[in-house]
Amino acid sequence: MEQVPLSHVLILSSCLFFLGIYGFFSRRNMITMLMSIELILNSININFIAFNKYLYPHQLEGVFFTLFIITVAAAEVSLAIAIIINLYRKFNTIDVEDTNTMKF
Amino acid sequence: MSASAVMFYILGALVLTFGVLTVFTRKIFRAAVYLLLSLIGIAAIYIIMDMQFIAALQIVIYVGGIVVLIIFSIFLTHQAGERLPSRLPKHLLWSILLSGVGLLLATHILYHFSYKPSIEPAIEHSVKNIGTQLIDFRSYGYVFPFEVVSILLLAAMVGSIIIAMKTKKN
Repeated sequence: MEQVPLSHVLILSSCLFFLGIYGFFSRRNMITMLMSIELILNSININFIAFNKYLYPHQLEGVFFTLFIITVAAAEVSLAIAIIINLYRKFNTIDVEDTNTMKF
Repeated sequence: MSASAVMFYILGALVLTFGVLTVFTRKIFRAAVYLLLSLIGIAAIYIIMDMQFIAALQIVIYVGGIVVLIIFSIFLTHQAGERLPSRLPKHLLWSILLSGVGLLLATHILYHFSYKPSIEPAIEHSVKNIGTQLIDFRSYGYVFPFEVVSILLLAAMVGSIIIAMKTKKN
């Protein structure tokens, strides 16, 4: 693993991050937008782990940040899916363009 | 080039390929399965970085929990085999612009930045060290965020049950 420079790991994670950004802004379905958010969170986890391993190997802070990000992501996904199911009951669709009752 | 470096590049290519397929496919169930494969690839990257604990958590929570939850909600809200509607041209233009410019800027900065690793002796990233520092309350421990995040999980659990509950019609 020492032959892989740090910048290659970071470029991999930034490619994944901007893939997630592209999916989040171009999709209209709420569940696929949620999948893009998962991609974004995972790319950030790779960043934390890589910085911890390459730059600060005497500490464990990147591992803890990754742990808390995974926990918050689990909470976020469960809430988002509850909201999506409730929305589907009321509007019979989960397309963000069709659910515009509160749009200004 | 060592074997682990070759493995890293192969796994990175796999993760990016499945990520692209997740974002671009028109069938929602296939998108969920591609996301699953991409997350397993990321867990393998953690393993070749010597972070076995994080890799196990990634498999248990993301692959075993979150993706299964997403697949359940797909089955609750979609007909089998229907294709997603096409993207709006305005959204497509803005998202291509945003992600393309951002990716160019980020890779340029990341490639030309000089990183300074610390020279202190490395410690082992074992489960023992992680657990000891996680529930330590004296020297740079993480016991307070640990408790806060447990309350957050409880609140999210209760909240999602309340939100998704069926209301009785009067």
